[in-house]
Formats: sequence, structure tokens, C-alpha cells
Amino acid sequence: MSGIGGISTLADHKRRRIEELTARTSEAGGVSLIRDAGRRLLRNPTAMVGAIIILLFLIIAIFAPLVAPHDPVQRFPELTKDLTVDSIPGATAGHPLGSDPLGRDFASRMIYGARQTLFVGVLATFIGLLFGVVLGAIAGAVGGWLDVLIMRLTDVMLALPSLLLAITLVALASRSTQWTVIIAVAVVNVPIFARLLRGSMLAQRESDHVLAARALGVRRRDIVLRHMLPNSLTAVIVQATLTFAVAILDAAALSFLGLGDPDINRAEWGLMLGVDGVRYFEVRPELAYLPALAIIFVALGFTLLGESMREALDPKNRR
Amino acid sequence: MVRVILRRLIQLVVTLIALTTLVFFWLRSLPGGPVDALLGERATPQTRELLTRALGYDQPIWTQYGRFVKNVVTGNFGNSIRTGEPVMDVISRSFPATIELAVAAIIIAIGLGIPLGYIAARYRGRMLDNATIIVTLIGISIPIFFLGYLLKDLLTQNIHIFPPSGRITTGMDNTDVTGFFVLDGLLTREFDATADALWHLVLPAITLATIPLAIIIRITRASVLDVLDEDYIRTADAKGLRNTTIRKRHVLRNALLPVVTTIGLQTGALLAGAVLTEKVYNWGGLGTLITDSISGGRDYPVLQALILLAAVVFIVVNLLVDLSYAVIDPRVRVQ
Repeated sequence: MSGIGGISTLADHKRRRIEELTARTSEAGGVSLIRDAGRRLLRNPTAMVGAIIILLFLIIAIFAPLVAPHDPVQRFPELTKDLTVDSIPGATAGHPLGSDPLGRDFASRMIYGARQTLFVGVLATFIGLLFGVVLGAIAGAVGGWLDVLIMRLTDVMLALPSLLLAITLVALASRSTQWTVIIAVAVVNVPIFARLLRGSMLAQRESDHVLAARALGVRRRDIVLRHMLPNSLTAVIVQATLTFAVAILDAAALSFLGLGDPDINRAEWGLMLGVDGVRYFEVRPELAYLPALAIIFVALGFTLLGESMREALDPKNRR
Repeated sequence: MVRVILRRLIQLVVTLIALTTLVFFWLRSLPGGPVDALLGERATPQTRELLTRALGYDQPIWTQYGRFVKNVVTGNFGNSIRTGEPVMDVISRSFPATIELAVAAIIIAIGLGIPLGYIAARYRGRMLDNATIIVTLIGISIPIFFLGYLLKDLLTQNIHIFPPSGRITTGMDNTDVTGFFVLDGLLTREFDATADALWHLVLPAITLATIPLAIIIRITRASVLDVLDEDYIRTADAKGLRNTTIRKRHVLRNALLPVVTTIGLQTGALLAGAVLTEKVYNWGGLGTLITDSISGGRDYPVLQALILLAAVVFIVVNLLVDLSYAVIDPRVRVQ
């Protein structure tokens, strides 16, 4: 599959790994294999643990206003009264997890945090996926100089380790906002999605059902859009599940480096951990522990589900 | 072989040129750019113009680009906006600290990762294997800067075992020869300095090693399991070879190939992780330099050089890994 792009320098291994993944999942074309994989997923306890974690996370995120006892940005006088740099009020009546450094209800911020974390993770993953899929599809379907150009572009992007690329992108923007974080984290994943999809498309091009469609005289555009693209997407969807975990971890890292969202009202786990969590670690370690645990759980959930999906779609494991 | 290396080197240069060009034009297209970053918003137009001229930003962009390329080729990245020192001096001062940290981390990751992965595979499906899988999954899901603070809190605040930050105890009488404190102590026979530097190195190295360690364990385990399924293992077993011979000469040798690739890839994780780890432990290496160059006004000349350096290191290490393939895998040599 090293075909069209030829041998090239950059992050050759990264690329080879992506191709390996493609090779393993791209044969997952047929509906029966997907159904088969679905059945295997339902019987796989690891996948179910991941799915349950994600479901819980989604429920909390969606129903945050119903679950949270308070408004996440409201400052409570009874909490701010005892607030100093060296002491942040712990649990009191009505505030089960106590206060954050600005006298806001920490429990409510944790619950609303699910919402913002979901927002950042989903958008970063989706934007990365969208651009990656468009570039990958063009490269795979059109070929020629466009393919070479797109592949060289991904080479340049893969020349920097992913978090460093994200740091660079945010640093190059003159001001950071929530959007610079989302876009930086998204851009890092574009080359991965693009290469993955391109590989699948190339594999599809050689497959029997595409040959059959071509023999039947189906238009080129329809072959690409109706046959090659849908069948290539499985590998990309698996990768997107795994990317979500990486995205929220990267966003947290950017917050920690002072490159995150500057909005002090925003309740997002990465931000809560990376800014106040580490700053007040010795005063109130829960401010770090709770968002960190939440991030670990959610990242774990997506990783478990993603890896189980990949395993289930691997034709090698088919019975 | 030589042809392959040559081609890869040429492509390395092409990518670097593309990367530099992109960074150069991006920086110049920012509103305000370095001048505003340096002076802040309240600067008078006069000072702004003075500085613009002093930094050469008033010349046409192509002239600037030409000068920039010439400087990069000759290794002259200009002066740091923050401190006024030559960028190369600033970087070479921070370089040894990061290398020392990264080498310690990779030693931990490889030294523990391969044996643990191998053991997990041998006891597949048992308690030990399951425990390893769970721990490695947490290892890749934990924000490593949080892990750093956790270790620091437990082992330097609650129980005073390790020093909380820095590379060496202040006031330690150590002679700076290479900038690698552990090595310097050995070279000058100041063994107390070596011990002290190593002591400071433990927690940051563990923190930085976490992700590569988890990944190396997982790859080793998967790879050993793959190899155990191969026909030649069954053949070796059927021939009546001793188990230790099979394990050493057949299983390990073949299983380690994918692991080597992974180790090369992990340099990327190390470079990125160093930025976070160094901030936690106030380490004073390249990671700290990146953070400092971003916060409080972007120090573009330093950032530019650091981005290029990271790319070069990452690409070169992966090239070396590819070459090492030829040494450990005879099949590659034939192709």
C-alpha cells in the first residue's frame, strides 16, 4: 500500500502504522462484516464497559442543568466569606464538594464540566475528521499531483510530534480562545484521518464491488460517493473514537501550559485541572483530583470502545 | 542502502524547508507580530517604528525571507526578543537538561516496558496480564502533568524522599563541563554531584516515561502474542528445542521488531511530554524554554528555532530507527 506516495522521509513510521491500521480495517467493507462486528462488540465486556462510561458521560453532559445543584458561574457569599489563598472551603450544606477558588459551587462545575468537555472533544474530533476525510478522499479518489501535494502536506504536519504541533499552532495565534484550542487540537489529527481514509480508498479502488460497479457503467462520481467513501469510513470512525480521548487530554495539556481558554467562567475539566487544579494542589487537592479522574474515566471509556471496535472489525478475528 | 539513506536525507531537507517557510510566513501574517508582542499595546508609534526598523521588519517580505533562509542555513537564528541573547546560546544552554531527562525516561520505558510486556504475554489471560493491561490503559489516559503533581505531592511533600524541583541542589559545588549534570559529576569525579543530580532526575523521568512505558508494554505484549502464534515457533517446539532457546532466539528476536519502531515514534511523545514535565518540576530545559517563550509575549525567534529543532530531532531519530532495522532484520537488507 505504500504505492502512490512512494517512500518518503517524514514520520514514515507514523504513516506506516496508519497504513497498517487501514489494511486491517479497510476490508471491513461488507455489511455482513459490520453486522458481525456489532454482534461481537455486544458480547465483548471491554467494549461494554467503554460504552457504559461514554453513555454516563453523555447523560451527565446533556442533563447537566437538571443534575447540578447550582449555576456553575454563580459566586456564593457563604463560600467566598471564608475564601483565602491558603484555604478554600470544603463540603458544606448545599455544597457537597465545597467551593472552587472563586467561591463557586464545585460540584456544579464538575457536572457542567462534562458538557464543556464533550463540546471541546466532539468539535476537535469532528473538525479534524471533516478536513481529514475531505483531503483523504480527494487524494484517494483523484490521485495524480493533487494526491502528491496532499500527502506532502500531511508529511509536514507529521514532522512535529502532535502535542508540539498543537502548542505551536496556539502559540502562533496571537491570542488564545476556546476556538484556538479546539482548532489546534483538531488540526493535529487532520493528517492522521487524511492518510487513513486515503489508504482505505485506495484499497477500495481495487476491490471487486468497485470493479463490478465500474463494469456496470456507474458514473465515477457515484462510485466514489456511493461505493468507495461509505465503505472506507469504518476505519475513520474507529480512529475518531480514539481521537476523542487524545483530544481532551491535549486540551487539558494546553490549559496547563497557559494556552487554554482564558474565560474564567468556563467550566471544562481540562481547564479546571490545568489552571486552578495544579495551582491549588497543596491547598485543596480535590480541585485537581476530581477533574483528573473525570478526564481519565472518559478517555479510558473512549479508548476501550475504540480499541474493541477496531478488534471487532479486524477480519483476522472473524469466525 | 546508501541510496535509500540519501533519498531520505533529501526528503528531510525538503520537509524542513517547507516547514520553515510555513512558520516564517505565518509569523509575519499575524496582526501586530513580534513588535506588538514585545512592546505591548500601549507603545507609542515612534518606539514601534524604531523597533520595527531595528528588527528589519520594514523591509519587503522577500528580502526578509531571503535573509531568514541565509540565517537558518548558517545556524544564525537572531537574538531572543526576551533576553537579547543569541537564540543559539539560549537553546544550547537548555539542550543538555532536556536530553538528560529524555534519556533517563527512555531508559526507564525500555528497561521496564519490554520485560513487563513479555511477562504479560507469557501469562496471557491471567491476573498479572489483566492487571498490566488495566495499568497501561490508565497510563495512556492520565494527563501526565497531573501525574507529575501527584508524584511530587506524595513523595516530596507528604514523605520527603525526593527533591520537589530543579536539576541539582542549589549551592552544590559542581563543575559544569558538558551541561549534563550526571555526566559532569562522573567526569570530574564529583560523585556527590552525580548522586544529587540522579536523585533530582527520578521523579521527572518517571513522569515523562509513563506514556512511552505504557505503549511499549502494550506493543511488546501484542507482538509477543503474535509471534507465539507463528508456525516457526511450533516447529521449534516440535524439534524439541529447549524452552529458553525458543524464547530467546525465536520469540524475543522476532517480537522486538515492532517494538523498535514504537520506540522511535515515542521520541515524539517525549519531546511533547518534556514541555509538560519540565513545567511541573521547574526543570529548566527546552520545554521550559518553549513555555517561557510563549507566555508573556511570544519570543518568535526562539520559538521558530525550537520548532525546527523538534522537527529535526524527531525526523532524524525515526531515520535512525529505520536504519537500525537493517541491522536487526535481515529481510530489510535484502529489499
